[in-house]
Amino acid sequence: MVMENLAASSRTEAFPVGLRVLVVDDDPTWLKILEKMLRKCSYEVTTCGLARVALEMLRERKDRFDIVISDVNMPDMDGFKLLEHVGLEMDLPVIMMSIDGETSRVMKGVQHGACDYLLKPVRMKELKNIWQHVYRKKMHEVKEIEGHDINEDLQIRNGPEDFEDRLVLNGTDMNSVRKRKDVDSKEHPDQEFCDPATVKKARVVWSVDLHQKFVNAVNQIGIDKVGPKKILDLMNVPGLTRENVASHLQKYRLYLSRLQKQNEGRTFSGNMQSDFSSQDVSENFDLHNSTQTQQNGASSKYIYTNQKISEQGIAPDACADDFKGVVSLQVTDRKQALLSDVPDSQKVSGVSQLGVLLSFKDMMPIVDMKPLKPSISRHQPWNAGIPVVQSMQCPKHNHEHCSLFEDCSCLPKPDKEPQGFVDHFHTPTSLISITCNSEDDMSGLSEFNPVQTNQKSSHSKAISPMSFMTNPVSVQVDSGLSSTQDFGATCEEDGETNKKEYYYDQTCSGRIPPPLELSLKNETDLASLPEELQLCSLQGIGCFENLGLNSMEIFQYNDSTSAIEVYSNWNDGLEFNCDYLYDSVDYPMIDECLFA
Amino acid sequence: MEYSNLRRQAAYMKKSLFDQGYLDEQFYQLEELQDDVSPNFVEEVVTLFFRDSARLISNIEQALDKCPQEFSKLNAFVHQLKGSTSSIGASRLKNECTRFRDYCDEENLEGCLKSFQKLKREHAVLRQKLESYFQLLRQVGPVEKATRPSM
Repeated sequence: MVMENLAASSRTEAFPVGLRVLVVDDDPTWLKILEKMLRKCSYEVTTCGLARVALEMLRERKDRFDIVISDVNMPDMDGFKLLEHVGLEMDLPVIMMSIDGETSRVMKGVQHGACDYLLKPVRMKELKNIWQHVYRKKMHEVKEIEGHDINEDLQIRNGPEDFEDRLVLNGTDMNSVRKRKDVDSKEHPDQEFCDPATVKKARVVWSVDLHQKFVNAVNQIGIDKVGPKKILDLMNVPGLTRENVASHLQKYRLYLSRLQKQNEGRTFSGNMQSDFSSQDVSENFDLHNSTQTQQNGASSKYIYTNQKISEQGIAPDACADDFKGVVSLQVTDRKQALLSDVPDSQKVSGVSQLGVLLSFKDMMPIVDMKPLKPSISRHQPWNAGIPVVQSMQCPKHNHEHCSLFEDCSCLPKPDKEPQGFVDHFHTPTSLISITCNSEDDMSGLSEFNPVQTNQKSSHSKAISPMSFMTNPVSVQVDSGLSSTQDFGATCEEDGETNKKEYYYDQTCSGRIPPPLELSLKNETDLASLPEELQLCSLQGIGCFENLGLNSMEIFQYNDSTSAIEVYSNWNDGLEFNCDYLYDSVDYPMIDECLFA
Repeated sequence: MEYSNLRRQAAYMKKSLFDQGYLDEQFYQLEELQDDVSPNFVEEVVTLFFRDSARLISNIEQALDKCPQEFSKLNAFVHQLKGSTSSIGASRLKNECTRFRDYCDEENLEGCLKSFQKLKREHAVLRQKLESYFQLLRQVGPVEKATRPSM
């Protein structure tokens, strides 16, 4: 055991070293040679002469290996068959090898999901490089969650040393990384966020206000009858063109249809707590969002799952039941670009890069909408009596979300009376819990507590697989600025711990993604403070908008998404705050702690 | 006999194995893998190869005897052997396997039988040559170990 632990720790410390390789070949001679070669590469090698035995080993403990190298021709089981099984059941990278270099054979291997196809005699230099497949897969996993394609050359470009760092902190930021080919690999990945090279282009910004108007107009007209012109007339916003509206409507429709698709796969769960107990939620790579909201004294609970979203709405109002919450993770290139810009823009003029997007699809406005109907998400502030839209984006749907993102970037108008109350939410396996308490206008208390898996107390100190935050950190946001700083600091601090690696390992092995728990608490009566806005948003994870009124939302996010997302989302949220709440406010700490 | 002479002899023998096409680059690869952890790695691998290839050859033989018309099965066996020969860089054997497989593809039984005989011959020759080579190396080996400290 000790040896094992040591090996494990060393493996995480110097990534390619200790890579756990399973070699399957019916040829004992090759097995011996490959074993020797791989050991010389400092990999941990397990050899197996029978494909069936190998499959059993993998089934027994799929997390025992990082990668599989298998011969194509084996008497007991065709190598392609094994490849298929491994791909389906374990989701491990598999390298095929054969003496046969026929194109058709190689193609078959690729079709079956081989990440590489080596020709015998295999050279040691080829084996030395196999870690890249593990790394690539990891990156793809991260990317998939974000809906991004990975730029593969990154894998080779990034040195193994900072592999984990990049993975955890930069996963969402790959695009900006790509744009900075010259970045020294030793440079702290966080700096990517500061990259001024990626600046958002000027365009019509669909602020929260504007989007609110848009949504109101759509609702007024009816989603089935809306046209750009009608909306434009209703909105009555000077400067806005029909094209702007048409484009936005298109995105909005796409977004709705997407939401509908998501909704179709949802299961309704009446009890949030039941979700907590389910441990396999994360295994399914689901987004888990639990939201508990109180509206007008009524509480609504929302449970979001990536594939299946359960919602429970309990509201005094008749409309409460109609609430549908969608949490959107919006990760797009643009967004990333935004992220990278954040620090700069903050310094400069507090450009709004926003990020919040918590919108609850409120069915209230759309009474005639059926659940089956594409769920319409409105970015309406809670205070308006309309729930804040929380949009959850599935990976691969970024673009729409992206646009939404923009749309959401504006804070809802305070003129409405939001009474959202989020008590807390627990994720089945909560790794990170973020609690935001808004006590008054600008002051909010944010607490980021790492929560141990299975532990429900958000304040408990636990080691989170996420590794995002090893230690619980409480951040008090007085001006909204301080929290950011603290948070950033925390992130970084934790980012350098082993936890990250642990997380990485887990992901690599295709295990359960770490869940994130974000809880927002609103303790004060926000209604009394109509003019005060508090915004805590974690994009992708959950956004929390407290606008001028008391709106409380709890979001739980369990997903395979890495901490990165949270991280980036959080940044977005920060942006949001900066833009709307604290324009032109300078956040020095961000640069120092978060992005340094 | 001087050890340096033996060493020279071993080196010459190895060179001729390459020159005559019995071995290829892969054999060097094996030598590079040999280290303090496994000082006899090459010999171990070669021994393993001959043990296993003998099994594969007998598989082929049986296939030729029992069901000579099942070329695909035969092909699979030869393919297996071919993969094995590539492990130690047994170039000639490997080439013969390639030819054998071509005959299988053509469903040329006569060619297969001819090729198989050649295969067995090559196999035996290589075995004998490598055996003497390693025998020579073993004679040289201890000397190297003994002399290393003094150097």
